[in-house]
Amino acid sequence: MSGKSVLKRVDWLTIFIFLMLITIGWVNIYSSTFSDINSSIFDFSELYGKQLFFIGVSLLAAFILLSLEANFYERFSSLLYIITMVLLIGLFLFGKTIAGATSWYDLGFFNLQPSELAKFTTALALAKYLSDIQTDIKRTKNQLFALLIILIPALLIIPQPDPGSALVFLALIFVLFREGFPLFYLGIALLAVLIFMTTLMFGTIWVSISLALIIASFLLVKKTSFKVPLLPLSLFFIIAVVFSLSVNFVFENVFEQRHRDRFSLWLRLEKDPEKLDEIRKTIGYNTYQSEKAIESGGLFGKGFLEGTRTKGDFVPEQHTDYIFSTVGEEWGFAGTATVVVLFTILLLRLVYLAERQKSDFSRMYGYGVISILLIHYFINVGMVTGILPTIGIPLPFFSYGGSALIGFTALLFIFLKLDANRLNEWH
Amino acid sequence: MKKILLSSIIVIIGFTFIGRLSYLQIFSSSSTQILEDTAIKAIYDYPERGYIYDRNGELLVANQPAYDVMVIPREVQPLDTLEFCSLLGINKTQFTDKLKKARVYSPRLPSVLVPQLSKEDYARLQEKMRKYEGFYIQKRSLRYYATHSSANVLGYISEVNDSDIKKNPYYKQGELTGRTGIEKQYEDYLRGIKGVKYIQKDRFNRAIGPYKDGAMDTLPEQGKEIHVTLDKVLQEYGERLMIGKRGGIVAIEPTSGEILTLISGPTYDPALLVGRERSKNYSKLHYDTISKPTWDRALLAQPSPGSPFKTLNALIALQEGVIKPETTIRCYNGFYVGNKKRGCHCGGGLRNMNSGIYKSCNAYFAGTFRKIYDKYPTTDEGMDVWEKHIKSFGLGDFLGYDLPTGRKGRVPNKAYYDRVYGDNRWASSYIISNAIGQGEVAATPIQLANMTAAIANRGYFYTPHIIKTIAGEPIEDPKYTTPHYTTIQKQYFDPIVQGMADVYTKGTAKWLQIPGVKIAGKTGTVENFTKIDGVRTQLTDHSVFIAFAPVDNPKIALAVYIEHGYYGARYAGHIASLLIEKYLKGEITRTDLEKRMLEKTLEAEYAKPYSEEEFKINEYVW
Repeated sequence: MSGKSVLKRVDWLTIFIFLMLITIGWVNIYSSTFSDINSSIFDFSELYGKQLFFIGVSLLAAFILLSLEANFYERFSSLLYIITMVLLIGLFLFGKTIAGATSWYDLGFFNLQPSELAKFTTALALAKYLSDIQTDIKRTKNQLFALLIILIPALLIIPQPDPGSALVFLALIFVLFREGFPLFYLGIALLAVLIFMTTLMFGTIWVSISLALIIASFLLVKKTSFKVPLLPLSLFFIIAVVFSLSVNFVFENVFEQRHRDRFSLWLRLEKDPEKLDEIRKTIGYNTYQSEKAIESGGLFGKGFLEGTRTKGDFVPEQHTDYIFSTVGEEWGFAGTATVVVLFTILLLRLVYLAERQKSDFSRMYGYGVISILLIHYFINVGMVTGILPTIGIPLPFFSYGGSALIGFTALLFIFLKLDANRLNEWH
Repeated sequence: MKKILLSSIIVIIGFTFIGRLSYLQIFSSSSTQILEDTAIKAIYDYPERGYIYDRNGELLVANQPAYDVMVIPREVQPLDTLEFCSLLGINKTQFTDKLKKARVYSPRLPSVLVPQLSKEDYARLQEKMRKYEGFYIQKRSLRYYATHSSANVLGYISEVNDSDIKKNPYYKQGELTGRTGIEKQYEDYLRGIKGVKYIQKDRFNRAIGPYKDGAMDTLPEQGKEIHVTLDKVLQEYGERLMIGKRGGIVAIEPTSGEILTLISGPTYDPALLVGRERSKNYSKLHYDTISKPTWDRALLAQPSPGSPFKTLNALIALQEGVIKPETTIRCYNGFYVGNKKRGCHCGGGLRNMNSGIYKSCNAYFAGTFRKIYDKYPTTDEGMDVWEKHIKSFGLGDFLGYDLPTGRKGRVPNKAYYDRVYGDNRWASSYIISNAIGQGEVAATPIQLANMTAAIANRGYFYTPHIIKTIAGEPIEDPKYTTPHYTTIQKQYFDPIVQGMADVYTKGTAKWLQIPGVKIAGKTGTVENFTKIDGVRTQLTDHSVFIAFAPVDNPKIALAVYIEHGYYGARYAGHIASLLIEKYLKGEITRTDLEKRMLEKTLEAEYAKPYSEEEFKINEYVW
């Protein structure tokens, strides 16, 4: 297959959005790391200069990834997965510690963060395993093995410590659901989260009463059509109440104060406005500052390089995890809404692309890509705008960081290559 | 189905974010005022406050530098505390306390360690300041007074409070504003306009550079110098005469309405309210509720005017045509109200207008007053006419002068008496005291002085004012340059002025003549009462005097009111005479008179009501 045909068949809408996001991202990194000293945008001693270099590398990588044979990825997915797992293990011996987390290899000119690369290799490996003719997702053994592929990198990353990145891998479970993993599990998980939150907010008694009422109304509606499954329902109810009780116990006795404070803040458990404000300004300092920065942007923002809170470094880690607050301050609602719309279009487009794949591997990998991008985007923007608790993960294509940018680019362009190649699968 | 599920999740997340962002950026986003941004700090450049000069260009108020010792706690290095404390004039505990307070406020930002060092302390400290890291000296500007007089009329400046800031957003915490007197009245001119520099801050509150490269910064505008109408020499002399006395003096130039002198006794040195001892001194003055030095008696005291008020009743009687100058009324050493006799000191006999004035005959004016009322069919109508005439002299209402305090005084009218006695349950006999300036009528010294100016001008006055020029420009406010005519025609003034001139030649003030100057005046001796332990008790009469001179070309009109000074010719008359001579001649020829006024005090008289013993009033000793 020639390079010309891949350029003809590749999905240019996705590439266009990708380029838009990268450009907007860099402009905001420039703004948040800019200092008044006059220097060129190619000054590699400045963070925006470095990021420009990483963008160049990423674009080159994108081009190479599009040029490789499409079946290369399927064939070498296991190998790539193993290499990145080895790199993750190697961190325990040779890792470089930055800001308390041992997540990097020092390559001199550049710090490599293998967890960023593990994201696309795990997605590849999972797709490869699930698409194997031998694998049947209905079988418990295969389910467990698929989960293992996801959990290995997560478990290797937790002790770095980087719980945020570890969480990202769990998003790959969505791929399993797409491929026939019973939705029932998802329902149980969501219910557990719901009971957890409501118990903290309203207490076990109210949760139990509400549950009982829901079950009762369920019975009233259903009573004519079929036999009431009394035993499983009462069992479910008992488990739910016990779970709710255990939530209180865990919250009070297992969690540390800083964890409790985060939940207090997120779910507004603290009713005393003064204490809540205190928590906002200490535990929730980053979020508080980022919310204020976004708020101060108003409808149209303060303008490029005019963000006073950005200039004053009010938001910690603004060029990495909190880059979205710069968009909010300098470009206002117009800017933030544009970014949200771009991500929404990108993700919807990817769903469309994934669904049109003829090959199982391509489709499953596509879902892996969507899961990973979606979880990053959801958690990051949710955190920066203060609707989710603080979980430190980057905003794809936006946040400063070479490994992340290259990792996300690879994640996306491997899928674009597979998609461009979908018509060849017939042969 | 699952395909739609994932797409819906993506769309729901999108809507959630848009909703959250619109809440933050559209609904909660506050106004775009740059000062509300915590990342921007405004640094102000304060212009120098304008100087105040008197009518002759003599300096009254200027500025002086003061030095605050500042500290940035984080930068403090170990130091010789003992030496440093002795230089600062504080002890070691105070030093550690202040340092601790500063650290609690902010380790990174400067706090005041010792405010307002004197010039001497500053000189000693300056050389050694280099040794103490983390400390530095910051210059501030304070008021400097070139006179020890006029504290109340000049007023003082102090830091703005929350309600000032709410009223006028120009002011920020810690800034100064005129609080009383001229400083308050002409605040906008004296203050100037501060310049502002906007500074971009980082999250530690440190300045990191100009905001928008200084595009929104402004330069300060200097405060304007003002000249006031006061005469510094007269002002200082009057205050010397007032030592040991309580009361108010107001002198006005009748031809312009300019206030030449505005004195309240007791007074205090304006410099007391400047510098390190300010708050201590302020409480001392403020909480002196017996002599009330901060209470401006010249503007706020409102005693009954006493006999000077007779001149107005004479004018009204002439204007109403109910009496002629040669009409006589017999005085039986008093007069009768119903069958109750009210006394008179004039000696008795037949009185015409001239002798009625210069002998201050109560019976003559009681009769005159009755005639005014008897002209009209009902007392109500008579009352209305009388009130209209009296008010045309500026009594019974704020005069509209340019000082921030004042009182209306009181001109009783039918509504007032209806309220006190009940509808139509009073008659002219109830109000006869007003004939002689006792009873219900009340006036502030500045109102009396203005009334005197109107007589001096034979029928009109200019609104009294204290401002002469602003930044060299004479005031042209029509409020102060248009004459206000009284309801009395010019020709009726001559017999009254003659009577007032005769007060000096043959009447109650004949011992107070100034050689070579023809004065017209009127004494007043005002009965007054107070409550001691809830019992209405009469105190020694107030001494009141109005005068203007020279009679034919009046240059000064004044009113002097001395609390419990007994006869009008005593304290008030003496002081009036001395002030007129000082103003017109520039020197005092009657040194015995001057000596007496400088030495005599009324402290013993003032102590009486507080002695908790029986005491005599209106004692003859002099």
